[in-house]
Amino acid sequence: MNAMNSMNPQKTANDDGTGNGNGNGTAVPTTETTPVIPLPLGTARLLTATGALLSAASTFLSWTWTTAFPGNLTVTGYPGGLQLLTLTGALLTLAYTLTAWNLPGLRWLNPAAGHNATALMATATLATTWYTLIAISVQLGGLANLEPGGYAAALTTLLTLLGALALPLDRRTAHSFPRTSHLSTTRTGTALRSILRTIRPGRTDRQPPPARPLPTWAEILIITAAFGLALGLVTYGIGTAYGELFTGFLLLAGLGAAALTRAGLLGRLTALTAKHRTPTVTAAFAAAALFPLTQDTDQYTLIAVNILIFSTVALGLNVVVGLAGLLDLGYVAFLGVGAYTAALVSGTTASTLNIHFPFWAAVLTGAAASLVFGVVIGAPTLRLRGDYLAIVTLGFGEIFRITVGNLNGESGPSLTNGPNGIPNIPDLVLFGYKFGSTHHLGSITLNPFANYYLLMLLFTVIVVLVFSRAGNSRIGRAWIAIREDETAATAMGINGFRLKLLAFALGATLAGLAGTVQAHVAYTVVPEQYVFAGPVPPNSAFLLAAVILGGMGTISGPLLGAALLYLIPAKLQFLQDYQLLAFGAALILLMRFRPEGLIPNRRRQLEFHEGTTGSSTLTHAEAPTP
Amino acid sequence: MTTTATAPAETPTDAPTLTATGVTMRFGGLTAVRNVDLTVRHNEIVGLIGPNGAGKTTFFNCLTGLYTPTEGTVAYKGVKLPPKPHLVTKAGIARTFQNIRLFANMTVLENVLVGRHTRTKEGLFSALLRGPGFRRAEHASEQRAMELLTFTGLAAKRDHLARNLPYGEQRKLEIARALASDPGLLLLDEPTAGMNPQETRATETLVRAIRAQGTAVLVIEHDMRFIFNLCDRVAVLVQGEKLTEGTSDTVQADERVIAAYLGTPFEGAPGEEEAAEVAAAEARTEEGDEQ
Repeated sequence: MNAMNSMNPQKTANDDGTGNGNGNGTAVPTTETTPVIPLPLGTARLLTATGALLSAASTFLSWTWTTAFPGNLTVTGYPGGLQLLTLTGALLTLAYTLTAWNLPGLRWLNPAAGHNATALMATATLATTWYTLIAISVQLGGLANLEPGGYAAALTTLLTLLGALALPLDRRTAHSFPRTSHLSTTRTGTALRSILRTIRPGRTDRQPPPARPLPTWAEILIITAAFGLALGLVTYGIGTAYGELFTGFLLLAGLGAAALTRAGLLGRLTALTAKHRTPTVTAAFAAAALFPLTQDTDQYTLIAVNILIFSTVALGLNVVVGLAGLLDLGYVAFLGVGAYTAALVSGTTASTLNIHFPFWAAVLTGAAASLVFGVVIGAPTLRLRGDYLAIVTLGFGEIFRITVGNLNGESGPSLTNGPNGIPNIPDLVLFGYKFGSTHHLGSITLNPFANYYLLMLLFTVIVVLVFSRAGNSRIGRAWIAIREDETAATAMGINGFRLKLLAFALGATLAGLAGTVQAHVAYTVVPEQYVFAGPVPPNSAFLLAAVILGGMGTISGPLLGAALLYLIPAKLQFLQDYQLLAFGAALILLMRFRPEGLIPNRRRQLEFHEGTTGSSTLTHAEAPTP
Repeated sequence: MTTTATAPAETPTDAPTLTATGVTMRFGGLTAVRNVDLTVRHNEIVGLIGPNGAGKTTFFNCLTGLYTPTEGTVAYKGVKLPPKPHLVTKAGIARTFQNIRLFANMTVLENVLVGRHTRTKEGLFSALLRGPGFRRAEHASEQRAMELLTFTGLAAKRDHLARNLPYGEQRKLEIARALASDPGLLLLDEPTAGMNPQETRATETLVRAIRAQGTAVLVIEHDMRFIFNLCDRVAVLVQGEKLTEGTSDTVQADERVIAAYLGTPFEGAPGEEEAAEVAAAEARTEEGDEQ
């Protein structure tokens, strides 16, 4: 959306009379609804629609001559591989263009009724298509490898975007808009105010009108359909067979999500899910539970289990960081304690303890060990605040890893086999159900990792429940109060140390729970799994990044953040050497453009974008708080 | 609580709400508060005034446990207070801050609910299990919080973020949050700082209403009209020491208080000689005018 604004910083003539031609930089609204490219509205719409239609058609042509590029884009007659993504994007662009004509069946797609969604969708299509063509040219060595169909796709998607940019778009003006109302005092104030009435000041989000009330069953049906769609998308993303397809998918999905947000469709869905909380949570986990049934092999189920482990631990960290505001840089150690404990009591021959606990007992032992470790570390360190706490937790995280690396009977007591770790952890057997073998339930096949996936999903549900219930209670409010202002919190009767220790201990316990499953999924625990920063998530830095990237203090934020942070390195093998570099760059960009995270907490969104949102509750003078 | 063998803390109706005895606070070589005694009786509004840097806020921090006094003791209803802020609040003393310290990113209602912390006891497990007891307690807390918001006139803004309230309402919210712990004594640190005269008068009414509900109030303020209108007794703190204490009239008439605020005339002057000279000069000018 920023790219679109920067393409033409100068204001252009407007044909629907809602823009303004004021050029005296003292007081100009921040947004205007004007086309970036001056064209009559009818022409622009026709151009966009034709372009989208032709882009869709171009996917049926062959884009390259050889099958050396993955996905077979050589066939004329039906689309394949990355062409399917372009087709999807083009059809969605077409649908959004058609919403402008108020066709009865399509109005629900664009509740906000602006053209920005169309433009974003066209951008998504262009990005995916051009990425594909560039990837072909680079991989096969030159533009000569493109067939006419490829050129056609490039041109038609460009045409679509140009057409979409000629539509009247809500966008910021070149001049910034002063926050306070100096308007009334300036000479041009009166003239400007009349224009202001037609243009919403502030950010470019249009507020869609409230949704038409539907019967409850229909609303729940919509939620179910949405989660079904989400499951389809995630399955597609995890199942992408090669890196190019994943990148194309990420481009289309990311920009497409932005388009849906701008259209107000995601906002409506969020309102529905907030209205029906229990059906939403049920639908979300039902969709997640269906994932292994869509898989034939273990390959992607293993990725999914690891994503679940990573996201569950990230959610546990969110208790500590997001709610209580304690920056913990050694959190992965608690996962390690849980995993090592489970491994030691798992009955493996490599364990120095010759015992075999049933799984439920192992889970309890692992969680308890993590709890004890959390309290032991927390009790001395939580007297520190801010930076000091971060440094000390970072130190303790490393101490854990180095200690288990030395408990090998030579440099320390014999407990963990040192750097070799504990291998050959047996598969779980729960109530006679063997997790290590493939099960056939009727027509359903559950392979070993699918079993573990479902078990881990149960743990995720538990952690989600714990997070939401603890967060929304007297204890959770006290945590947030401590995060906001510890001195004021203690003056309100909150025992700061005790509650911080409670948050720390709860976070540790949740990580320990996840660790007990991780030990069985990975079959081996070694100290090097639990480093501060490394290429393979989960490690402390990635856990923290997942929380911040996704959105602090939310439930879905860390889950999404962890999924992205796991999938992107796993899918884009060529990034392996530059992973941490790319990761740093991504974090900087995110902090610049979306400091509240991908899925913002309502509070934090208000905090970071105050004065730029249109809501009336935010326009009061800000008090000089310290 | 209903038995006859009650704890001494609950029976003594004559024990003052707050007794500070010989409170001294030293920071290294600097003595910020020196041997201050102060008593606040039941249902009394006491003012604490003094020039900037007199040690008023330091004294407040000693009372509320933010600082541990170097010497001296603080007792609430006859029971010595431990120097821990949360225990002081639990005992029944709540406070506001000189610079507003709300939980800026919590809603107005949540701010007041945090104030209920010491008067509720639902722990983590009851929050996780969500039994009927938990729901009842949450409901009761919310009801009490809404009562207080209605009392302070903020009920309509329950779902606004605290940071988005106008300044005057933030002050009110801080008072509502402090009242949520059902205190027997409320300490207000400059409650009208930065307010216009109307808002100051509203605060005066609010403080009287708080007293009417049976809460004693100790207030630090620079606005003399506010203090002398409102307070039953006023104590004056100058350079860490209590200069005097008494009713508004006594304190206003006290020359030492005036001296502390306005300074003393140079060497005890104007002396009689100087006064005579001035009178003579004036007389000459008048004569000149007449001629």
